[in-house]
Amino acid sequence: MDEELQREFDRVVAAEQRIEPRDWMPEGYRRTLIRQIAQHAHSEIIGMQPEGNWITRAPSLRRKAILLAKVQDEAGHGLYLYAATETLGADREDLTQKLINGRQKYSSIFNYPTLSFADVGVIGWLVDGAAICNQVPLCRTSYGPYARAMIRVCKEESFHQRQGYELLMTMMRGTEAQRRQVQDAVDRWWWPSLMMFGPPDDASSNTEQSMAWRIKRHTNDELRQKFVDMSVPQADKLGVTLPDPELRWNAERGHHDFGTPDWDEFWRVVKGDGPCNAQRVAHRRKSHDDGAWVREAATAHAAKRAAKESAA
Amino acid sequence: MSFDNAYEAIMEGSDETHWAFGTGFTDALSGVDRAVPSDVDSGDLATYCLMLGDDALVLSQRLSEWCSRAPELEEDVALANIALDLLGQARMLLTRAGEIEGAGRDEDALAYLREEHEFRNVQLSEVDCGPGPGGDFATTIARLLVFSSWRLALSQRLVSSRDPVLAAVAAKAVKELAYQRDHAAQWTIRLGDGTEYSRERMIAGLDRVWPFTDELFTAHPVETRLAAVGVAVDPATLRSEVDGVLDTVLGAASLDRPTVGSLSTVVGRDGAGRGGRDGVHTEAFGYLIAEMQHIARSMPGATW
Ligand SMILES: [Fe+2]
Ligand SMILES: [Fe+2]
Repeated sequence: MDEELQREFDRVVAAEQRIEPRDWMPEGYRRTLIRQIAQHAHSEIIGMQPEGNWITRAPSLRRKAILLAKVQDEAGHGLYLYAATETLGADREDLTQKLINGRQKYSSIFNYPTLSFADVGVIGWLVDGAAICNQVPLCRTSYGPYARAMIRVCKEESFHQRQGYELLMTMMRGTEAQRRQVQDAVDRWWWPSLMMFGPPDDASSNTEQSMAWRIKRHTNDELRQKFVDMSVPQADKLGVTLPDPELRWNAERGHHDFGTPDWDEFWRVVKGDGPCNAQRVAHRRKSHDDGAWVREAATAHAAKRAAKESAA
Repeated sequence: MSFDNAYEAIMEGSDETHWAFGTGFTDALSGVDRAVPSDVDSGDLATYCLMLGDDALVLSQRLSEWCSRAPELEEDVALANIALDLLGQARMLLTRAGEIEGAGRDEDALAYLREEHEFRNVQLSEVDCGPGPGGDFATTIARLLVFSSWRLALSQRLVSSRDPVLAAVAAKAVKELAYQRDHAAQWTIRLGDGTEYSRERMIAGLDRVWPFTDELFTAHPVETRLAAVGVAVDPATLRSEVDGVLDTVLGAASLDRPTVGSLSTVVGRDGAGRGGRDGVHTEAFGYLIAEMQHIARSMPGATW
């Protein structure tokens, strides 16, 4: 029986059709998906902090509105994605506990600090940009609810990216001090953005199985190359330099050559020693704990109301 | 949009239609006659727009402090939504104030370059109701309940203001405020009825904001003069309607109307009480605008 189900599952995935929540799926597939989607959801939620840091100080009302709407979108992305994990039998509260106890990860990029308002623009351009590169292929991923969530998320991320880039363009047309802020932010975010694609292919453990399951569609290095190729002309147009002396066009390959990210730093940050790991998790934990009585009250009220209704 | 090309789209020109929600706010007011009615004092009208604009701006600023700190994700989305709606109202009203004033001040000059005493918002909008040390979620909800009930009643009447811009701003705001009031009312009921602890918090939250309610119904001379010519609303006339709404919500939550009285006001040289409408604020307000204005003021000549 299981063999038959497995054959049907393999056929559906190989034919680029979708697996839906009621379909049979191998346990490993379910576990891997829950971990991947939860990690993605956690990233959306933790990602609210570095930019949320600037909402109350945004230097124009239009920028304040754009930033507030963006950070609100990220909360929405977290919601769609937690909902997708629930279709696989996961529970949001349980996943949140795993996040605040450090048992599940989120994107390491958010463990770097935002030091000026230009960081808001650079995060939109590079971080949302790298996220789009990673996520666009997932719009065709094999698990239906995840693919559908990603379509919505990608649409919104691409607005974020434009908004970030437009802020940088505006700042580059402004004062010398603003141009310096933009360049400084690019210098600080470029390498961490390249690291968002994960370790090099030869050091990446789950790639092969995930590709076969169609929950990953390109390797880390392929996506990283694509991101570099797309970012270079955008940096030119903006008038900033990317902090990589080895960066140059390779006509033979039809791609840019670029330097090697500091993978030791990457692993240090992943393992918890980035500048903001402890701060980000503590912030999330405090918000969650401070809100516990509110959630309990809502549950208690709903139960009382249900009891009244069934008595009536 | 082809998704595999989503990333490339950034290099296309900056077309307004590419934005999630647009970059301007002219739509709500497009086609509206912007001339000030001839029998209306334009100084008064500019001040009135500042009053209502500052109320919205300052509460939006307070609510946005919750961002990433709400009790649940759904609430993070909801509070950001309310803050955004209020910010949108503030932008239209400040722009209108600057336009009538005619001294070249736009929404940003008014938001970022005025001193504390030049802000005309009611004190209720500026009080720290959390997530900082001044309050918690229940206090925030208590304030939102009072504020949105009052501003909704006010906006419903302003829809027929003789100033076409105020009328148009109010027409848009009515829908937003109805949602805000409903949201606050539902939480008041949940917290009032939920657990022993949440009920205590809700009562404490209402007690904290109640002393600031009288100011909402006290007419400033500018409001009185503009109400007489059919442009503004005399806030005193809103009291029984707003009280009725609040009593209904508190009743549904089995909560009593707070018994704490209003605060005595700061008295000026002429012996008259002064409040937010006169530019007199709470101690916390200076910190609020310092934070809001810091970058804008520290980078003169910058463009954002
Ligand atoms: Fe997102
Ligand atoms: Fe985003």
